[in-house]
Amino acid sequence: MPKGWRSTTLIPVITLLAFAVLPHLYNNQFLLFNMMMYMALAQGLNIIYGYTGYLPFGYVGFFGAGAYGGALAITFLHWSPYLAVLAGGGAAVLLGMILIPLFRLSGAYFSIASLAAAEALYYVVANPGLEPLTQGPYGISLPQVYDPNGAYWTMLAILLFSLIISGVIRRSRFGLALSAIRESPLSASMSGVNVVKLRSISWLLSALIAGLAGAAFGWYISVFYPETVFGLGIGVFTIVFVLFGGIGTVLGPMIGTLILYGVYNYIGISTPEYFQLAYGLLIMILVLFLPNGLVSLARKRGLNVA
Amino acid sequence: MSLLEYAVLAGIFYGLYFALVGVGLNLIFGVMRIINLAHGDFLILGAYGAFYVFHLFGWNPLWAIPIELVVFFGLSLPLYYLLVPRLQKSGDPEMLSFILFFGLSQVIEALAVFAFGNDQRSIPASVFGGSPVTIAGQVYPASWVVSAAVGMAGITLIYLYLYHTRIGRATRAIMTERSEAVVTGISVHRVSAVAFGIGIATAALAGIFSPFMIGAIAPSLGMGITVTSFTIIVIGSLGNPLGTVLGGLLYGEALMLMQTFLTSWAEMFPYALLILVLLVKPTGLLGKAVRSA
Repeated sequence: MPKGWRSTTLIPVITLLAFAVLPHLYNNQFLLFNMMMYMALAQGLNIIYGYTGYLPFGYVGFFGAGAYGGALAITFLHWSPYLAVLAGGGAAVLLGMILIPLFRLSGAYFSIASLAAAEALYYVVANPGLEPLTQGPYGISLPQVYDPNGAYWTMLAILLFSLIISGVIRRSRFGLALSAIRESPLSASMSGVNVVKLRSISWLLSALIAGLAGAAFGWYISVFYPETVFGLGIGVFTIVFVLFGGIGTVLGPMIGTLILYGVYNYIGISTPEYFQLAYGLLIMILVLFLPNGLVSLARKRGLNVA
Repeated sequence: MSLLEYAVLAGIFYGLYFALVGVGLNLIFGVMRIINLAHGDFLILGAYGAFYVFHLFGWNPLWAIPIELVVFFGLSLPLYYLLVPRLQKSGDPEMLSFILFFGLSQVIEALAVFAFGNDQRSIPASVFGGSPVTIAGQVYPASWVVSAAVGMAGITLIYLYLYHTRIGRATRAIMTERSEAVVTGISVHRVSAVAFGIGIATAALAGIFSPFMIGAIAPSLGMGITVTSFTIIVIGSLGNPLGTVLGGLLYGEALMLMQTFLTSWAEMFPYALLILVLLVKPTGLLGKAVRSA
């Protein structure tokens, strides 16, 4: 096996072992669940931001669409939660398709538009006028399928799926083409890269992962409100984790989530009143002093990061 | 005395005020190509300034105008040198500015909670004289008229600064073509720092009137106001401060008509409008250059 592919297989295997064993050693399952969720979201965001350079500031819109898509499939179609998670992924992909025209925008315009799209969707879902469908602001409750263990293993499967997709993209011609798009869309299309098609595929993959994660999250907590699954914080946390680890790698976002989510939880539990301040300062320090993430530190020492 | 007439005129008052809300964000983006995601938080800080000027000293909130312009302009200069030059040296300043200023917005929000608490605050609208103003047969609160007047004055001053001063000309040079401005010997950082200061000071200025125009103030409202400001400046054209007037007026009109005739959807309206404008005309209604790819 070539060297690059070895680490591509190694990361999912280690992740699988770790999250299969950890629940027996550590009793806070919700924290482990959230850790997996942010790791999956980090890979999902990495596919669009890390590999193509488009930063969707409203990435949480897919997460919320997934949570609601899954919940509606359970409530109205009486699907099993496993199928409903897939339905959530489908809902996010559908939203992704609707939003493909946003790629006509570049840079900050794209980021702002995706933020606005997420907020618009939030206000649609939370609108009291849609109470018969989404329960409006009163939230969703799914006691009939409550099963944290089932949701835990589903999330682990989603995480592995995201790691494999991300690893394969990074090592393949597809990933190479995406980096070309990131560096210069114009030159990439001149060299025969189908910019629109590849960018759309990675966008939908990115949406799919967030949608699956959102649906599994909704299933795990089984009672949630529009602001729980559309809170901008989820998307921003994800961006910061990816950035902290190092964009465009598989390992970077994993390490970034592991460390920063750990730190955030520590602060959140020990001194919750300072959480927002610490979180904000950490983001600022990160952008100013480590804009290329932990991976850049390793690269300076001559290490090749998967 | 039709409802429609009332909404249209109210839209003009709101529009002139909202032009002031957005103009600082647009100036900073135009000159520095960075997104000040903390814009709304500076506006809220300005609103708290007016609140304390009124409640501690019993002064008219108008006294907050000179105080806040000096304080916010003065504080944003060191903030500029602390953040922006470093940010611009990184690989992708435009994207990273999003994250950096999101961090700043969290810090401001957290500090505002420590300093002012989470309670909603307001200033009675009667501070500008109890009697409403009658215009063209319609009756409006005096606070709306004052806010609109201050909005118009603020925009006029920014226009005079940009088009009738030496440093304003240098500012426009940087907005048009940064690298050529550097070559002609313009001190980019000095000019940008002043633009940054003006941008944040106008946000605070708009904040003084937000208790009357936007509603009760609380630390967490900043992000929503930032997105509203984005809508306004994208409609008018990102990077063109004077386009903000057009953006503000269209936004104000549309908002008033929505609130009058389609109340329950008014909340999602700014976001939907933003996407619509971006998709139909990404450069905004007054935009010239088209961005490639």
